[in-house]
Amino acid sequence: MANVREIIAKRVAKELKDGDVVNLGIGLPTMVANYVPEGVDIILQSENGFVGMGPQAEEGKEIKDLVNAGGMNVTLQPGAAFFDSAMSFAIIRGGHVAATVLGALQVDQKGNLANWMIPGKMVPGMGGAMDLVSGAKKVIVAMEHTAKGSPKILKECTLPLTAANEVDMIVTEMGVMVVTNEGLVLTEINPAYTIEDVKAATEAELIIAKELEEMEV
Amino acid sequence: MDKVKTIDQAMEYIKDGMTVMIGGFLGTGTPETFIDYLLKKGVKDLTIIGNDTGFPEKGIGRLVVNKQVKKVIVSHIGTNPETGEQMHAGELEVVLVPQGTLAEQVRAAGAGLGGVLTPTGVGTIVEEGKQKVEIDGKTYLMELALRADVALIKGAKVDKKGNIYYNHAARNFNPLMAMAADLVIVEAEELVETGAIHPNDVMTPGLFVDMIVEGVK
Repeated sequence: MANVREIIAKRVAKELKDGDVVNLGIGLPTMVANYVPEGVDIILQSENGFVGMGPQAEEGKEIKDLVNAGGMNVTLQPGAAFFDSAMSFAIIRGGHVAATVLGALQVDQKGNLANWMIPGKMVPGMGGAMDLVSGAKKVIVAMEHTAKGSPKILKECTLPLTAANEVDMIVTEMGVMVVTNEGLVLTEINPAYTIEDVKAATEAELIIAKELEEMEV
Repeated sequence: MDKVKTIDQAMEYIKDGMTVMIGGFLGTGTPETFIDYLLKKGVKDLTIIGNDTGFPEKGIGRLVVNKQVKKVIVSHIGTNPETGEQMHAGELEVVLVPQGTLAEQVRAAGAGLGGVLTPTGVGTIVEEGKQKVEIDGKTYLMELALRADVALIKGAKVDKKGNIYYNHAARNFNPLMAMAADLVIVEAEELVETGAIHPNDVMTPGLFVDMIVEGVK
């Protein structure tokens, strides 16, 4: 089986449509850009103030003041544009971002997301995540299914929320889950796992789709 | 009116206990020359409004490390462990604000608005103590405008009237903060003659700027 992070990034990439403005979080979500299918042009938004972000800059070819929201030197695609933070978040909150992809500490069956603090332990702050999750048209959580074996997909988040009821889809190495009014539905499964495996690694109540599909890995 | 000052002349206005906005995003677009000076000057008990507390050795974070700050209002502190340590030790008050909310709070102050209504933070701890307003069935938080005594910002090119041109992603919060403080001091990476920046390329009109100091490139 291919690398877990690759499987996840590759599957998320299939959700993106030609012309979509997309915001990718730091880490695994950033990898999604590497797997966008040919013929699909997406426009990457960087919340520190530009669209048209390209791959990370090669060493020695860094351009001054051209960094992503994680402080990494990046490059530009033709058609890029810079703006200030108010416009950046007008783009995000105003519904002009088709999809945002981010990681989670916890996500639950109602589409609640927690990814910005563990009280008393780790308090990095929410940065732009709360605005992204509230404002993007589609919110995709891309993460490993468990944290060292303990479930991250819960009945109800216990950590402080990033946003309530905003997650649309969860993609892990085990499969694809969609948040619906009926609950959390497993729509695709990685053939390396059984339904029982997925259920055992998930605390949330999992509804198995009638037409459960095989996840491409 | 001659707005071009020496750093001694400009920094004289920054006193203990003041509220200071500092532009930049993880140090990109942060007026580091001013921070160098404030470190030497030892001004203390500052309240700092900025996107983040940078890194221990870069950006706003250097003032935190040097214990000159009593309160920060920022969206992110994760890249500077010193901020978290001082917060947990009770030495530093940290107010975490969603990035898009912070941008609008600053913009609102500069635009003469009392605040803004945003959906960001509804259903999270960010809503605590804030007024909620329902419009067409959607819930918003009332976030109040945020002003400062002084704004310290940075431009790539600044002319002698204070017109500013920013480079790449260094724009971020700088143009917003330029509108939202009683005294606005800009660090010019390059100080140019009035007229050398084409009016089409002016990103912050000089009318917002009180003082210009030539900084390091």
